[in-house]
Amino acid sequence: MTGPFRTPTGGRIDRTRPIAFTFDGRRYTGFQGDTLASALLAAGVKVVGRSFKYHRPRGLVSAGSDEPNALVTVIRDAGRTTPNLVANEVELREGLVAESQNRWPSLAFDVSAVNDLLSPIFVSGFYYKTFMWPKSFWSKVFEPVIRAAAGFGRAPTAADPDGYAQRFVHCDVLVAGGGPAGLAAALAAAESGARVILCDEGPEFGGSLLAEPAATIDSAPAAQWIAATLATLAAHPRVTLLTRTCAFGYYQDNFVALLERVTDHRAAPDPALPRECLWQVRAAQVVIAAGALERPLVFPDNDRPGVMLAGAARAWVNRWGVAAGARAVVYTASDSAYAAAHDLRSAGVEIVRILDLRPDGGPATAVARAAGLTVETGAGIDRVLGSTAVTGVVTARHRADGTTAAGETLACDLVLTSAGWTPSVHLFSQSRGRLRWDAARATFLPGTPHEAARSAGACNGTASLADCLDEGFAAGAAAARDAGHGAVAARRFAATGTAIDIGGFAGEAPHGGNRDRTRAFVDLQHDVTAKDIRLAVREGFRSIEHVKRYTTTGMATDQGKTSNINALAVAAAATGTSLPAVGLTTFRRPYTPVSFGAFAGASRGDLFDPVRRTPAHARATVAGAVFEDVGQWKRALCLPAPGESEGAAVAREVRSVRATVGLFDASTLGKIEVVGPDAATFLDRFYVNALAKLPVGRCRYVVATRDDGFVYDDGIVARLAPDRFHVTTTTGGAARVHALMEDFLQTEWPDLDVWATSITERWAVMAIQGPQARAVLAPLVEGLDLAPEAFPHMSVATCTVAGIPARLFRVSFTGELGFEVNVPADHGAALWDRLAARVAGHGGTLYGTEAMHVLRAEKGYVVVGQDTDGTLTPDDVGLGWAVGRAKADFVGKAGLARPDLAGPGRRQLVGLRVEDPEVVLVEGAQITADPAPPPGTHALGHVTSAYASPNLGRGIALAVVEDGRSRIGTIVHVPMPGGSIAATVVAPVFWDEEGRRLHA
Amino acid sequence: MLLVPCPWCGPRPELEFVAAGEAHVARPSPDADPTALAEALYFRANTKGLIAERWRHLHGCGRFFNAVRHTVTDKFVMSYRPGDPAPDLARLAETLAAEAAL
Ligand SMILES: [Zn+2]
Repeated sequence: MTGPFRTPTGGRIDRTRPIAFTFDGRRYTGFQGDTLASALLAAGVKVVGRSFKYHRPRGLVSAGSDEPNALVTVIRDAGRTTPNLVANEVELREGLVAESQNRWPSLAFDVSAVNDLLSPIFVSGFYYKTFMWPKSFWSKVFEPVIRAAAGFGRAPTAADPDGYAQRFVHCDVLVAGGGPAGLAAALAAAESGARVILCDEGPEFGGSLLAEPAATIDSAPAAQWIAATLATLAAHPRVTLLTRTCAFGYYQDNFVALLERVTDHRAAPDPALPRECLWQVRAAQVVIAAGALERPLVFPDNDRPGVMLAGAARAWVNRWGVAAGARAVVYTASDSAYAAAHDLRSAGVEIVRILDLRPDGGPATAVARAAGLTVETGAGIDRVLGSTAVTGVVTARHRADGTTAAGETLACDLVLTSAGWTPSVHLFSQSRGRLRWDAARATFLPGTPHEAARSAGACNGTASLADCLDEGFAAGAAAARDAGHGAVAARRFAATGTAIDIGGFAGEAPHGGNRDRTRAFVDLQHDVTAKDIRLAVREGFRSIEHVKRYTTTGMATDQGKTSNINALAVAAAATGTSLPAVGLTTFRRPYTPVSFGAFAGASRGDLFDPVRRTPAHARATVAGAVFEDVGQWKRALCLPAPGESEGAAVAREVRSVRATVGLFDASTLGKIEVVGPDAATFLDRFYVNALAKLPVGRCRYVVATRDDGFVYDDGIVARLAPDRFHVTTTTGGAARVHALMEDFLQTEWPDLDVWATSITERWAVMAIQGPQARAVLAPLVEGLDLAPEAFPHMSVATCTVAGIPARLFRVSFTGELGFEVNVPADHGAALWDRLAARVAGHGGTLYGTEAMHVLRAEKGYVVVGQDTDGTLTPDDVGLGWAVGRAKADFVGKAGLARPDLAGPGRRQLVGLRVEDPEVVLVEGAQITADPAPPPGTHALGHVTSAYASPNLGRGIALAVVEDGRSRIGTIVHVPMPGGSIAATVVAPVFWDEEGRRLHA
Repeated sequence: MLLVPCPWCGPRPELEFVAAGEAHVARPSPDADPTALAEALYFRANTKGLIAERWRHLHGCGRFFNAVRHTVTDKFVMSYRPGDPAPDLARLAETLAAEAAL
């Protein structure tokens, strides 16, 4: 015996294997096979949580994942602290540590329970009404108080140390739900030879049969049939059986996401196993066998611990050997609850009375009376007595004229309720299947499917066990057939078991209390009462989606599984319409909460995003490089000497390149090899530049736009041979420029015989820049004369450098004499070694991206994406000279012809000079004509690049300014928090305007 | 996640593709007047119903193609190669409606 409420025998628990666990610090013992919920119930723990708004004590209501109250935090250690678990889904394991939530300091004494007395302020829309004013109160007062007092559990304090797996699988038939209908469906599909996946959220298959040991299928006890069926399925090599696996999301084209809990139920998990596995299944056919959810009746104080669903109490006694109380009152609007009454009585629970809301009861009424149970029809509960536990109920007698007479007080410690069952149409609805209203059974059922899906069993409104089995088998056979497999002989099952009662009652049950004052809870998890919903309707909310948001009904972690239909019915009654007219709110994924870990899978830490490193990365690391992220690339920002600050390093690097020579790893530049008889024609059309006549051995600086005419990318086109070009792009633009080339080649000019191949990672690129560049490089070069007249600026050639086959470019992004050596990537580090040694020998420097930026800004070279923003034409940024206007066509020609792109008022690239050499403007700062611009002043433009220039001994800036070129020599203003900074508009070139150094 | 029908590779998960906008929008001619230019560059049909759109099987064969998709149901109706004629979407819609009614 593990508690006062454990039955001496029965259930699927193993009484020979006791398990110790703690709840809120207290030690308890349960059995192997228990859930945390069943073990607590057996131990007599009535209060398992406090409610969200009012902090009312709450007990267990359901035995499944739809439980609204019993949310717990399970703690293994700081990083393995999982909040918001449903106690029914927490399997008992040795040493389990669980805590209740939403209470402080303890469940028994909760300071926020005062909220219960303040309930008038927590009415519908209290978020909107209470916290409107004053604004500053929100962040300082309301929010902290609400966060401390409310909320569902706390986040873990350390990083999650566990692994999460993700699997992508295909199958012919996915069966979601392993109850009788799902098992039969899987059996039929497996017999046809289909690849089948059967999943169920519980730890064992069987569904409702697990709670009904007396049921028989084909003359055998249900348990035997389950075992035999599972053995048959397991013997099929093409069947995958997944327990503890919830089909939580149904996406387009039969893509269904399953979450498998792999190790949480183990006392000592195998560290090699993932904690959870996200299965991403693409199924040819899906059979939804999701079952049905029991609805509670809604009546005053129906939230008191001890008021629970009849089916849940039945499951606890039959499956887990727990009698939830000693004296029970049953309150029902359906026949289903009678089965619970019989089973609990067999377990020794006194059934004080069955109150049946139906005037004449149902077929089960006479049977119950014959068995000696006291049944009162046309009766209900006026209110529940007790606060932390039920102590009794006051009954009500409903007259034919709709009035209610007070009944009597019945002492009890358990109230079982059932309004009927709601088919679980969540997955079907997620799949965008249309629901239909079944008037006869007063319920929404799956109608026209949108995907290749079928519903079978209780989720399809099918009530009896035999019908569920037959329908499941037929659905599995049909699904396999539609997936291309052979026919399976139809099968009929002989079965005895309890039929669920679809339909029944929905909404707030009649009672004699004041409906504007009594609290009859609809949504237990979000503390929404029937009067809250009526208030929302009175305040003008008509659409059920608005009522839902205003009252927050159905918006808690349980998504209103037990409450939605009751909420709709209350709203329908309040608006004077019918339930189908009100309609359903959207069923959203996921069906049950899914951990972030499962979605993230391996995409964490270093694996969150790919890291791209250049071939010389390790060399730069040894040289002390500080790296920055440029897209996925790691680039050396600067390479400080020991003890040198980053700022000092950048200044030294910048000076050194201009004074002697520098070595820069430019391998991240995008590179595309464009080859073919029509390569020149293609590039001539693709770039704004005229390229058709580019001689072999020459390079050209190029600008790309799309047809809109705005600068998209820039780079160098180098002609290696009449039909072969080496094209560079910006680091960030490599992929999109290649995609744009492919787009034009494949769809616009398929007649051109051209291949464009991304070669970014094939080549390592080392830039040697500075007056000593030739001296550094020349001794390493074979097969090429580097003399200025033999190999002038903008030349390209193949040769060997340091014995390595190379493509050598004479290009410069610094304004100095410069070369870029391309060698196969495998030789990048070796080339670096040779060049770095020679650069050092010439008193030069290694430099990084920050120095590169300063050097290019001193020369006024733009960086696409920094100095341009997708609204600037080549001419706007001073590159109008590059546009081959005489060409018949090129990408962007039409866009550039727009009159408004050539008219006045265009923002143009200029330089800004501030009088005080110490002032460095801030990138992004706005530019105005007025030194003290009032709010709303039109900005003339903004600063795009700004650096301290060591070579010029002052701050420099590039900016885009309306009609900027015609403003040269005038003063503009840069308003900053400390006051406006006056700046003179100047030409955007600060260094060697004549370009002599470039051509040295 | 959609299953996108690549005309060369067959149905593949959406992850492998990039969408590339409405199909059969003629590239503006170099001497297009401003209205025609704006139409070609910036205006799209935004249809509720069947649309022909461009896709690229980027992480697959790398090829561009066109496909007809229903913007309400998200179902693909057909796909075809670049250069193939544009299907008559109105007639296609009628055919589908007739099939659905059967
Ligand atoms: Zn393909």
